[in-house]
Amino acid sequence: MIPPRFEYHAATSVMEAVGVLGQHKDAKILAGGHSILPAMKLRLAQPATLVDIGRIKELSRIIADANGTTIGAMTTHAMIAASNDIRQRLPALSKAAELIGDQQVRNRGTIGGSIAHADPAADYPAVLLALGAEMHAIQITGSRTIRASDFFVDLMTTALKSNELLVDVRIPALAPRSGSAYVKFPQPASRFALVGVCACVTLDDKGVCAKASIGITGACASARRATATESALLGKKLDAAIIQAAAAQAASGMDCLSDIHASAEYRAHLVTVMTARAIQAAVARVM
Amino acid sequence: MATQIIGSTVKRREDPRLITGNGTYTDNMTLPRMAYLTILRSPHAHARIKKIDASKARAMPGVLAVYTGNDLKNGGVNPIPVGWVLPDIKIGPHYPLALDTARYTGDGIAAVVAIDRFTAQDALDLIDVDYEPLPVVVNAEKATQPGAPQLHPEAANNIAFYWKIGGGDVERALAEADGVIKQRLINQRLIPNAIEPRAALADYQPATGQLTLYNTNQNPHIIRLLLALVLGQPEHKLRIASPDVGGGFGSKIYLYADEVIACFASKQLGRPVKWTEERTENYKATIHGRDHVSDVQIAYKKDGTITGLKVKTYANQGAYLSVFAPLVPTFLYGPMLQGPYTIPNVFVEVYGTNTNTTPVDAYRGAGRPEATYLLERMVDLVALELKMDPADVRRKNIIPPFLNGVYQTCMAYAYDSGDYAGNLERALTNAGYVELRKQQAEARKQGKVVGIGISTYTEITGAAPAQVAASLGAAAALVESALVRVFPLGKVQVMTGSHAHGQGHETTFAQIVADQLGLEVEDVEVVHGDTDRIPYGAGTYGSRSQAVGGAAIYVATQRVIEKGKKLAAHMLEAAEADLVFEDGKYSVKGVPSKAVKFTDVALEAYWPRKVPADVELGLEATAVFNPSNFTFPDGTHVAMVEVDPDTGKVTITKYVCVDDVGKVINPMIVEGQIHGGIVQGVGQALWEGAVYDDNGQLLSGSMMDYALPIASYFPKFETSRNETPSPVNPLGAKGAGEAGTVASTAAVANAVMDALKPFGVKHIDMPLTSEKVWRAMNGKL
Amino acid sequence: MAQLQITVNGVAYQHEVEPRLLLAQYLRDVLGLTGTNIGCDTSQCGACTVLLDGVAVKSCTVLALQANGSQVTTIEALKTNGNYHPLQQAFWDNHGLQCGFCTSGMILTAVDLLKRNPNPTEEEIRRGIEGNICRCTGYQNIVKAIQAAAAQMR
Repeated sequence: MIPPRFEYHAATSVMEAVGVLGQHKDAKILAGGHSILPAMKLRLAQPATLVDIGRIKELSRIIADANGTTIGAMTTHAMIAASNDIRQRLPALSKAAELIGDQQVRNRGTIGGSIAHADPAADYPAVLLALGAEMHAIQITGSRTIRASDFFVDLMTTALKSNELLVDVRIPALAPRSGSAYVKFPQPASRFALVGVCACVTLDDKGVCAKASIGITGACASARRATATESALLGKKLDAAIIQAAAAQAASGMDCLSDIHASAEYRAHLVTVMTARAIQAAVARVM
Repeated sequence: MATQIIGSTVKRREDPRLITGNGTYTDNMTLPRMAYLTILRSPHAHARIKKIDASKARAMPGVLAVYTGNDLKNGGVNPIPVGWVLPDIKIGPHYPLALDTARYTGDGIAAVVAIDRFTAQDALDLIDVDYEPLPVVVNAEKATQPGAPQLHPEAANNIAFYWKIGGGDVERALAEADGVIKQRLINQRLIPNAIEPRAALADYQPATGQLTLYNTNQNPHIIRLLLALVLGQPEHKLRIASPDVGGGFGSKIYLYADEVIACFASKQLGRPVKWTEERTENYKATIHGRDHVSDVQIAYKKDGTITGLKVKTYANQGAYLSVFAPLVPTFLYGPMLQGPYTIPNVFVEVYGTNTNTTPVDAYRGAGRPEATYLLERMVDLVALELKMDPADVRRKNIIPPFLNGVYQTCMAYAYDSGDYAGNLERALTNAGYVELRKQQAEARKQGKVVGIGISTYTEITGAAPAQVAASLGAAAALVESALVRVFPLGKVQVMTGSHAHGQGHETTFAQIVADQLGLEVEDVEVVHGDTDRIPYGAGTYGSRSQAVGGAAIYVATQRVIEKGKKLAAHMLEAAEADLVFEDGKYSVKGVPSKAVKFTDVALEAYWPRKVPADVELGLEATAVFNPSNFTFPDGTHVAMVEVDPDTGKVTITKYVCVDDVGKVINPMIVEGQIHGGIVQGVGQALWEGAVYDDNGQLLSGSMMDYALPIASYFPKFETSRNETPSPVNPLGAKGAGEAGTVASTAAVANAVMDALKPFGVKHIDMPLTSEKVWRAMNGKL
Repeated sequence: MAQLQITVNGVAYQHEVEPRLLLAQYLRDVLGLTGTNIGCDTSQCGACTVLLDGVAVKSCTVLALQANGSQVTTIEALKTNGNYHPLQQAFWDNHGLQCGFCTSGMILTAVDLLKRNPNPTEEEIRRGIEGNICRCTGYQNIVKAIQAAAAQMR
């Protein structure tokens, strides 16, 4: 319950934050605090310095334009879940935000904090992978853009460098005749995803699948795409049988986690079930 | 004038302080010069402690003291006693801090006292301990096998006790039966999770030698007794005060090591010392519940009559015997295996074994949920085997109504009163059982996986007839005291040895007194949880508070009325024998106008004007209630579930129950107890379970990994009652605190098994997680 | 140590605090506002829920310094001018509490819930209090209390 001692900096600008981050060894960013503070209270994390970015207003915003949606790193899950723009444009992301933790956690936890923490059972990674998101990171010498597929590296590990600050997430607008959905099977204690699947499909004017992307979280050390399933959908009319057959391949080649909540075998099974449900829901949403 | 307050819903008097954040929970208290205690616990489940180097911690600024097990022992601290001593029990001594061996991961190794919480926590990291890890055993049955690691030299093969009880001739029943079903049943270990973690604030006054312990406890007087024995602190200079307590469920009955250490430290340092448990610490250091492995044989006739039950149970006791641990899998379990049925032949034997796990003791239901689950699962297996409706097998075997007498079971107990058969029918009717079966058949045609479960139970509450309890091993009498004190202006204080930590005694006990004295509930104040204010008490557990504590209050109030009658006789210039007391007035029989109000008698009692000098003044009375028998609530719960065929996830779709908890004082409060009990029992059926790995590490070590029931997991419950007054106490109360938990686990487990019937599944062990159910449906067990 | 300026229940405070001091500990140990309880250390139980700038948060998972410059409302401020908040009244009327330890957090979560959704269904209420664990009541009377308060507040 009592975190170890640390130094605290409340940054007022992005450049100040990355300045402090660059100067201090073993410094960590404090966003909403809902990933790092619990770990510190159990003394599982002991950063020497915390850089609080909670006061940097421009990090807490949702900007929707013709080509996509930009979400600041400090935007809370509650803001995302409540955003009409996101509900209309990116219903899968809206749903994922709505299913995180509980209301109090959503009021405080942020998208940036969550994805930088890279918990293997977090909800967003599945959605960001499926929707082809890009993360925008800044350090004192410059900035770069990291594709979601490159961002989630391993268990609790992202492509962010220790001196980089994740500032926002950019999600491209869905192509016409696209639908997206997020389906989650929660672990009953933490309500993190035992398995969470985001499907995004685009149909051509004949109803044939022109594009499919499926992101899966909770099942293995880090979120990943179900490429075999995606390929199996392409060029097909997505009826129930096709979806079932494609979803059955969703866990192929996946090295699923095993713990007291679920065996690897059960997780793999849930991946197939949740994938089928996510695809079905995504197809139903295609306008 | 208030009449018939007993039996009416009265809003709780404890709520105004609790809804405004003004409760006095132990950790809310602060005393001048208060220091903070933290405890270093063993990272190993079993290890020799070779060396403890606390020099760095002692040198840290703000640290006042660091203690080890030997510091306490050399300071005169004794092991924590066991309060239920079975014949031939083998007790490995439980020192508050381990001396040379750590036996589970909650075992305290050293204690730090510092001037603030942060320093006390940081100093723990500076204590170097050299451990030699030892082999570990966590399973109650494996602990008894040859070659298993040994925990205590006192208990060979880790068997702390072997105990058996039986009635009839079970071997003959098995031999002569039409059929016998054998089944192994595991009743998994649970973590109680009262939402308030434990806390202790010890305040020793060197000038007077007085020690006060504020703690999170269900029975302060028993703690006083035990603490006096452990610390050598004389009991008349020892006060235990348990103010507002945030839930107990059994986990706060016992004297814990942490409380002893806080007291020791306060005596050593001459200043108040507070310890507050963290939740992850609570998971290791506060008792767990259940944890039985049982091999069962049930004998039956073709018509569904159950003729015999034979049970062998390994009951995991954890690393040390907790205070009441030996009671739970013996007298609260074995004799209750006949349940609400007429089974004439029952035999049960129990091995209570030590393992490298957190000690196990009474957790809501304590023995009766284990017995009910076992019996109700077996009854359903008989129904399955005979292709009978589970309701019909119950009808065949249920004890007929015995409203005005006792029912002698084939073992020790005689049930006090009840209409078990009637309650079964009421519950089935309320649930629309016949209709539900039709719905189920229809749903199955549509590929749905739907099940209906019944749990019919009786349990034992109202502990205890003192002499009977003593003969069974009780080391302290579980009678209850009450002092009813009337003030000159007619207000009343009630001191009770029962302790409320959510049960609403401040309301229900006031109802008992107000009802009899013809006062308003607001005129009666209930005082509990302070050994300096209350004559004696045995506390609250085992659903005993109304049947024993409430009964003591009733008797004391009657004595007050009798005492007042002597005074009233003088005031009315009438013979005492001619007076009646009704609606708060003493009046002369047949002359209602010749009357005096109770409140006027109260004034006379302290300010005599008409009463002669030789009449004893004052108006208060004490009673100690020692019941003639235990009480036995009963009822039937019916649950309906739907299983997701793709994932195995279970959803409860309907829940109906009928309970007989005896005469009810406050229906609103009893209904709340049933609701809460149901949820805790369903928690065991579907989600909860403590998991240790083979090294004795608790994998379900926090609320992140131990699934507690939340609101969205439940439908609305349809509860109802059937009140059969118990003849063993003047209130007719039986006990309501545990009934829901005793019943609901089996109701939901049976519903899930019923749902899985088309898959050829007969039994799977709890918790019935999605994965287990999915495996069962897919032949992957 | 760092400077903290904070307004709690309408009163402005200024304190030197250690950065690691949690908001829940600040309220309890520094300000003596012990109505905010601490029931777990992993952000599950919700006993420590307070309103931070008007929204419900788990104060055991917020550094006091993160609330610098903010407004905090705790259970102690809900009763105004001698009148219970409709949720307090409804919890009392409907037996929405037993031991009371989860109650402060439960009520403040419900304040947030009803602000966002003044007319919640039973299911929305049950989902809305997923972040608050009650081990006593079985939730049924809590749901009933929130329904009653919602009707009262509409």
